[in-house]
Amino acid sequence: MKAPPIAAALREGLAGALVAAGLALPMLGFRLVDSAQGLSLGTRFDWVLWAALIVGLGRFAMTILRGAWQPSQAPAMGEAKAARLRLMAGWALAGLAITLPFLPFSDRNLVDKATLVLIYVMLGWGLNIVVGLAGLLDLGFVAFYAVGAYSYALLATGLGWSFWLCLPLAGLFAAGFGVALGFPVLRLRGDYLAIVTLGFGEIIRVILQNWQDFTGGPSGISSIPRPTLFGLRFMASAPDGHQTFADYFGLAFSGDHRVIFLYFIILGLALLTNLFTLRIRRLPIGRAWEALREDEIACRSLGLNPTTIKLSAFALGAMFAGFAGSFFATRQGFISPESFSFIESAVILAIVVLGGMGSQIGVVLAALILVGLPEWFRELQQYRMIAFGGAMVLIMLWKPSGLLSSRAPTIRLKGAK
Amino acid sequence: MLKVENLHSGYGRIQALHGIDLEVGQGEIVTLIGANGAGKTTLLMTICGNPRATQGRVLLDGTDITRLPTHKIARLGLAHSPEGRRIFPRMSVLENLQMGAVVADPRHFSDDLDRVLTLFPRLQERLNQRGGTLSGGEQQMLAIGRALMSRPALLLLDEPSLGLAPLVVRHIFDLIAKINAEQKVTVFLVEQNAFHALKLAHRGYVMVNGRIALAGSGAELLANPEIRSHYLEGGVQA
Ligand SMILES: Nc1ncnc2c1ncn2[C@@H]1O[C@H](COP(=O)(O)OP(=O)(O)O)[C@@H](O)[C@H]1O
Ligand SMILES: [Mg+2]
Repeated sequence: MKAPPIAAALREGLAGALVAAGLALPMLGFRLVDSAQGLSLGTRFDWVLWAALIVGLGRFAMTILRGAWQPSQAPAMGEAKAARLRLMAGWALAGLAITLPFLPFSDRNLVDKATLVLIYVMLGWGLNIVVGLAGLLDLGFVAFYAVGAYSYALLATGLGWSFWLCLPLAGLFAAGFGVALGFPVLRLRGDYLAIVTLGFGEIIRVILQNWQDFTGGPSGISSIPRPTLFGLRFMASAPDGHQTFADYFGLAFSGDHRVIFLYFIILGLALLTNLFTLRIRRLPIGRAWEALREDEIACRSLGLNPTTIKLSAFALGAMFAGFAGSFFATRQGFISPESFSFIESAVILAIVVLGGMGSQIGVVLAALILVGLPEWFRELQQYRMIAFGGAMVLIMLWKPSGLLSSRAPTIRLKGAK
Repeated sequence: MLKVENLHSGYGRIQALHGIDLEVGQGEIVTLIGANGAGKTTLLMTICGNPRATQGRVLLDGTDITRLPTHKIARLGLAHSPEGRRIFPRMSVLENLQMGAVVADPRHFSDDLDRVLTLFPRLQERLNQRGGTLSGGEQQMLAIGRALMSRPALLLLDEPSLGLAPLVVRHIFDLIAKINAEQKVTVFLVEQNAFHALKLAHRGYVMVNGRIALAGSGAELLANPEIRSHYLEGGVQA
């Protein structure tokens, strides 16, 4: 502990470099070379050196900076000030999101990417109810997303119902599945709950994959109808008896309209999720979720029924995933079980955890980093995973308890400090 | 008010209570003392329905509550402040108190809050602070205050002195006496700190290995040589 800082940092750096070299040797040091003579084993030990050097220097610099750059646990500012700041940041973000499609630098590509990020923001907010507020670790959240997507796809292609009619239904179905999953797992906690929900997520995917007649199996469902704005279509020419959006407003048709329209739908849905969560946190049921996360025994002795509280968290979280799912289906126009694999659950959970369990703005930041960043770096495809990994490492160093982990009380007395 | 008859209970195959009989009358402070592991916490928890009694009955105002689920029992005017305080650490003091009032009529909330804050002025100063950042004594006050928010007729306290400095213990016990005298709340107090508990209580029971070994008035038990040697001498007498 008492070693002089430089020496200690050098030692840390050396240790880091050795570990990196050890890991990099098999992963970076060798590669299969495909040549005319067939496969052969090539080496690139210079990469191993580089990796060791970068990690060693990084570790050295980090150790030197440790004094100034402690992982922060307690909020540095007062809680009231932090809450005000968060509120302002929230409004600023919302304002930016609403004006985004009309900003000078924005184009179709950006709006499209923002739409994708917003889907994950919404999913993150939905899962936040279950994991962040109620403290129930759910690794199968994607199942409800899938239920919502397939509900819409099947109702729209089978019965011809409109998006706006199917949206609430999809939410209800997903909530129903949430309750169905909730019942058997209510007694489980922590790791056990996580494993069972993980299984549930996979079961739903396997059913979707194999129930050929109903779900289309692995080939999925295609030509899912697009949403309309009060009956106005977003297409170049409308079928008989319908009008297009461009005609009605006397605009020249542009494919951008639909992209922007979809963007606003998901923005509205996401904001709805957010407002709902902010509101319900102040209501007895929301407070009960948080109390349950903190101490189940105390909750019981105060007269709360953990069963109904947990079920309501599952159901509501699932409902929002269902909304997001039907939006996903209508945006893509095509869905298949592949879109609902475990990795989606993992990404959504990572968003909630990195966002700082229970923090609404944290979820937005985490979604930007975990979904937006890789999308952005897709142009530089090969660096995508590096950006992803780098972001993770930085967050772990800088904010081990999540980007925004402090929690603002939901009630204050006037006049109290 | 509370009557326990031949109560047996335990955890799975382990039996912790072997036929407990006791009674707490309206307006009394009754204490249950006993060594660590005697089964005191188990008794309180069984009264609250978790774990379930395997035999015997619990009567609250003459109604059999033995088979009711815990959250329903809490709605019958019985408040339980469990062992280890179990406040909600990430929630503010005010939110903790609010959670205590979930079974109460929301119209009473501000009255009840005033009542609890008058009793514990310390909490008043820390309303927006997180529960987990309070000192041990303040957390205990919060746990008791939270239990009082439901306007209970009967308050079950499980070792409120646990881990507190002697001076703080004395303060907490004074407050318990005050709650009983001024707010007409019947108190059933489980303690290892026999000296303070017996001084405070009207009556007491002594539990040994899941059975009631002795019963009597607080003063009687305090004077009892057996109790003196087992629970008092060499114990905490501050
Ligand atoms: N959750 C549990 N599971 C199994 N045995 C328990 C549990 N809690 C307590 N016990 C056992 O029950 C007995 C009584 O414990 P407890 O009621 O906590 O005693 P006290 O509160 O008097 O210290 C002890 O032998 C203890 O080991
Ligand atoms: Mg105990």
